[in-house]
Amino acid sequence: MKGLGELERSIMDIIWAQPSAVTAREVGRLIADRDLAPTTVMTVLDRLTRKGFLVRTRDGRAWRYEPAESRDSYIAELMLEALDLTGDRSAALTRFAQAVSGNEAEILRRALTELEDE
Amino acid sequence: MITAAALATLALVCAVGAWRFTRARWTYRAPHVAIVLWQALGVTWGLAGTGTLLAYALEPYGQGVLHGLAAFAASALGGGYGPAEPYDLPRIVALITGLTALVVLVVVLLIAGVQTLRARHRHRTLLALVAREDPEVPGVRVVDHPGATAYCVPGLRSQVVVSAGTLKLLSPAELSAVLAHEAAHVRERHDLVLLPFAALRRALPWSRLVANVQDEVSLLVEMAADDVARRYCSPRRLATALLRFGTAGAVPTPNGAMGAAGSCSAVMARVERLVTPGPALSRGVRYSIVAFSVTLTVSAPLLWLVPH
Repeated sequence: MKGLGELERSIMDIIWAQPSAVTAREVGRLIADRDLAPTTVMTVLDRLTRKGFLVRTRDGRAWRYEPAESRDSYIAELMLEALDLTGDRSAALTRFAQAVSGNEAEILRRALTELEDE
Repeated sequence: MITAAALATLALVCAVGAWRFTRARWTYRAPHVAIVLWQALGVTWGLAGTGTLLAYALEPYGQGVLHGLAAFAASALGGGYGPAEPYDLPRIVALITGLTALVVLVVVLLIAGVQTLRARHRHRTLLALVAREDPEVPGVRVVDHPGATAYCVPGLRSQVVVSAGTLKLLSPAELSAVLAHEAAHVRERHDLVLLPFAALRRALPWSRLVANVQDEVSLLVEMAADDVARRYCSPRRLATALLRFGTAGAVPTPNGAMGAAGSCSAVMARVERLVTPGPALSRGVRYSIVAFSVTLTVSAPLLWLVPH
């Protein structure tokens, strides 16, 4: 049995891979882990919806789930923070280094060539 | 009056000291020690600045700042009995200003702390959904993005994260140098060092001095991590990794995001001390700076306690 976090992740991957909204039953059919109880799938889908990663709509007696945002937009959000481009100057992350702007990059490029030549 | 004067002097010394200290370059030779001094200056400046106003305002109670505040609160709640002398206008203004400043400082710190925790929580949740493990870099989360970045999400369970762009950009030796640098951030909890300075900058966004101080402390923190990393990797590889990151090219800035390019001089300062390290500050000097920092940090709370 995988941890809840990993389960959330694989279920998100399944839903991202689908062209349209899916029901819990369909997710259960697509998931690799065959022993997974349907209620577990429901629980995870519910959690992901509450966290705002999934949006659900009524379809007869079942819910249909689709991703709130694409995988790439979450990656973009992570990168914005990682590159300190959000402009809020928070101390949430500690970064290794940042890229510098045009002219200055030239100075660094020259320094790099020197260091590599030695 | 003596306490108020002493606290005012202390606050002034800290402000002038901070201003001079942003230009000091010996700090690069002992970043850990310099960070301690910065923290001492920050705490003392806050306590001495607010303490000056409060010491003056609460003088009629004759019990010092801390006990004076307690007496003031008791009389305000109990209604009625106050100090022997009636309050005059300057003291009332000083009391209001002092209390406001103190509350603002504390609230700003708390808000910054909460926002930071929230941002990290969100970041961790997203990482759990989209980052992957890579057999090439065990224990490190990899985000599939061509941009170059390496950072850590600090906390009780810290996570080191690199982008796919970084894996492509760096040689294996450089990558392990970068990871050693990040591990140092994690181990020494540098995020906690940066938090109050970042909070202060948000509270006083117009202050050039506060901005300079934050930049300086951030640079010192990076140098401190470089110093730890160089024990585990080749300093030269760390330097080339730094330069490679700097020249990786600014990533196209999405709408609404501010372009935050690092500064070239900061990168060069780090590279230079990695490639040609200057002589370390002597043990004696380092110990005296730490001793001075401790004295400074203790002095303001003591002045809060002494009656008059």
